[in-house]
Amino acid sequence: MLSIEHYLFLGLALFVIGVIGVITRRNVIVVLMSIELILNAVNINLVAFSRLYGDVVGQVFALFIIADAAAEAAVGLGIIIAFFRNRETVLADEMDLLKW
Amino acid sequence: MTSTGYFLDHLWLIPLFPLVTAAVMLFFGRRIPKAGVSLLCVGSVGLSFLYALGAVSQLVGAEPEQRVAQQILFEWLTPGPMQLTAGHTVRFVADWGYLLDPLSCVMVLVVTGVGFLIHVYSVGYMSHEGGYYRFFGYMNLFMFAMLTLVLANNMLLMFVGWEGVGLCSYLLIGFYFLKQSASDAGKKAFIVNRIGDAGFILGILLVGVTLGTIRFTTQGLPDAAGFSGIQQVLKSAVDSGALRFGAPTLTAIALLLFVGAAGKSAQIPLYVWLPDAMEGPTPVSALIHAATMVTAGVYMVVRMNSVYQLAPFAMDVVAVIGAVTAIFAASMALVQNDIKKVLAYSTISQLGYMFLALGVGAFAAGIFHLMTHAFFKALLFLGAGSVIHAMSGEQDVQKMGGLWDRIPITARTFTIATLAIAGIFPFAGFFSKDEILGRAFDRYFSLWLVGFITAGITAFYMFRLLFLAFSGYSRANEHVEKHIHESPPTMTVPLIILAGLSIIGGWIGWPGSLGGENRFERFLEPVLAGVIPETGAVRIAHHPKAVEYILMLASLGIVGAGIWLAYQFYRTKRIAPELVAGKWPRLYSLLLHKYYVDEIYDAGVVDRVKDLGTALGVFDAKVIDGVGVDGTGWLARFGSTLSMWWDKWIIDGLLNLGAKVTQLFSYPVRLLQTGTFSSYALLILFGLVVLLAYYGHHMQVLLRGVR
Repeated sequence: MLSIEHYLFLGLALFVIGVIGVITRRNVIVVLMSIELILNAVNINLVAFSRLYGDVVGQVFALFIIADAAAEAAVGLGIIIAFFRNRETVLADEMDLLKW
Repeated sequence: MTSTGYFLDHLWLIPLFPLVTAAVMLFFGRRIPKAGVSLLCVGSVGLSFLYALGAVSQLVGAEPEQRVAQQILFEWLTPGPMQLTAGHTVRFVADWGYLLDPLSCVMVLVVTGVGFLIHVYSVGYMSHEGGYYRFFGYMNLFMFAMLTLVLANNMLLMFVGWEGVGLCSYLLIGFYFLKQSASDAGKKAFIVNRIGDAGFILGILLVGVTLGTIRFTTQGLPDAAGFSGIQQVLKSAVDSGALRFGAPTLTAIALLLFVGAAGKSAQIPLYVWLPDAMEGPTPVSALIHAATMVTAGVYMVVRMNSVYQLAPFAMDVVAVIGAVTAIFAASMALVQNDIKKVLAYSTISQLGYMFLALGVGAFAAGIFHLMTHAFFKALLFLGAGSVIHAMSGEQDVQKMGGLWDRIPITARTFTIATLAIAGIFPFAGFFSKDEILGRAFDRYFSLWLVGFITAGITAFYMFRLLFLAFSGYSRANEHVEKHIHESPPTMTVPLIILAGLSIIGGWIGWPGSLGGENRFERFLEPVLAGVIPETGAVRIAHHPKAVEYILMLASLGIVGAGIWLAYQFYRTKRIAPELVAGKWPRLYSLLLHKYYVDEIYDAGVVDRVKDLGTALGVFDAKVIDGVGVDGTGWLARFGSTLSMWWDKWIIDGLLNLGAKVTQLFSYPVRLLQTGTFSSYALLILFGLVVLLAYYGHHMQVLLRGVR
């Protein structure tokens, strides 16, 4: 039978893949997709614990996060398009305006 | 001891009429047409004259002892209790009140009467001048001040009038204020008078602290209780022995008051302003600088006669100054060529006569001469004004001549005035001058001699003037020649009336030796009684009649000699004046330059004052401005430089130091900020790991609890 640990390991794996993607990929679009992975890792955790304790709040929270992720993706893509129009690049290591 | 009646009860109206019109003129005069100005101003003085006449006639109607009326309008200054030098305390009060006694009767009639005639004359004389309303405004203001002076019932109110006439004199001398010499002359008159006034006010203060009152008398008050007058206090002080005859305090009072009198009445050494005062319009010279204001000093001394009679030394000073002034001024009049200047020196000389009279105790004679002099000197000035009018403004007698038939009325009235001032029987001057000389003869032979010689000089210079101006051939240029014309009736009628007064004015003092009874002296006697009878200073003349006749003949003789000499010099020209002048060039030059008194005053006083001013100016520039102001400025600048340095290097330096240190420490931190978000994400992850490691234990507990 599947126990809580299996779900947690799945979540952890997704989270680590997402974090590695965020940190290592140069393409901002891929970074955005990696963030989606992290969010979904969190969703799996929330749903697993909700099921474990029989508390529906976790699942509701997961639904909110999915909606939030959609909004975040829209905003993020909008920023990327605006940025591309100005700098003609989508590479993260060329986006260094935030220093000092 | 009072007289009443409508006019006496309305004494206060006499000075009020001219005051009202003066105020109207000075505030609204610009908008009033000339005819209105003339009507108002001359009318108000005329009204004053009528009221004065009424008041005097009501007063004269009373018994001699009751001929005094006093009216206190209100308590003016009430400084309260005052400690006297004698020790006790009195309540000191100065009223605004009017006093009419025989002495002020004479003055008020002279001032309003002669003043009225001169106002009428001015209507004609000033008709072509600008500032017509201003002239009459000042003239009426003068009338108010002069009437306040002569009607005042106390010394302080008298001083108010005294200063008022001084102010008007200044304003009217400088009437043509665009002319430098006129405004200078005005200032000179004002400043020289201030010197005298300082003496006068010190005299008033000394009277106040010595006697505790500055009212002249309590006579004439309906209810004298609670009032005290100089006359009464002096009498009780002498009776009780508190003040004796010749007391130093009284001498000091008398001398201080005389300083004031010498300033106003142009006596040595304060006479220098009067000749310069001739810069004013001629009616002003006639009214202020001949008939009324300059006699204020004489009036004041007579008003204070009870003090003078107790101060024999002061009397002698007055007599000597008077006599010396008389001959000194007369000698200067000998060589003047300006018709008004001659008359000015003559006025000084005649005022000297009056003071000579006062000094020898002949107060009544002094006032008598004051009155007759007011008639004939006003006439002389108005005549001179008429001549100047005819000559298109020419004042130099050397450029006149031959006017006898051209301006007949002026010429004839001028001649009458000249006869009067020379002292020819029976013209007015004869009686008053003879009275003075007779009294001087009784007291000091030397002073009589000075007065006697002065009479001769007077006759000479007046007839010189007469011959030069009216006889012979005209020396005027053609342009002036064409315009010679007799003055209009507004000018000639006053001349004729004054000529009449110059003839008959002396008759009220017809002396006993010529079959008269000298009513004038009888009339004044109550005022001049003094506080102790038969004091040394006022021994009544008791020389035999024979001596009196000899004196009269002698003075007529020397006057005749003076006229004869003038006739030879300037009519027949048997003796050339230039020859005489050439014979004694230094004397001539001394007289021509008026004894260099103005130059001496300039060098001794005026220039020294200017030096003081310059020195103070240098002190101001070098010490006050140099050390004080500039030094303070330098100090302030130095302080601000220091402060700026402190600000820049210490305050700002500390701030900059802080900033630099911050910058220094921030450097490694800045390196972390790469701007690439992936590095940030790594750092966040790193932080997260650290946090998790730190809270690992707690997490275990948490998880255990979950199980």
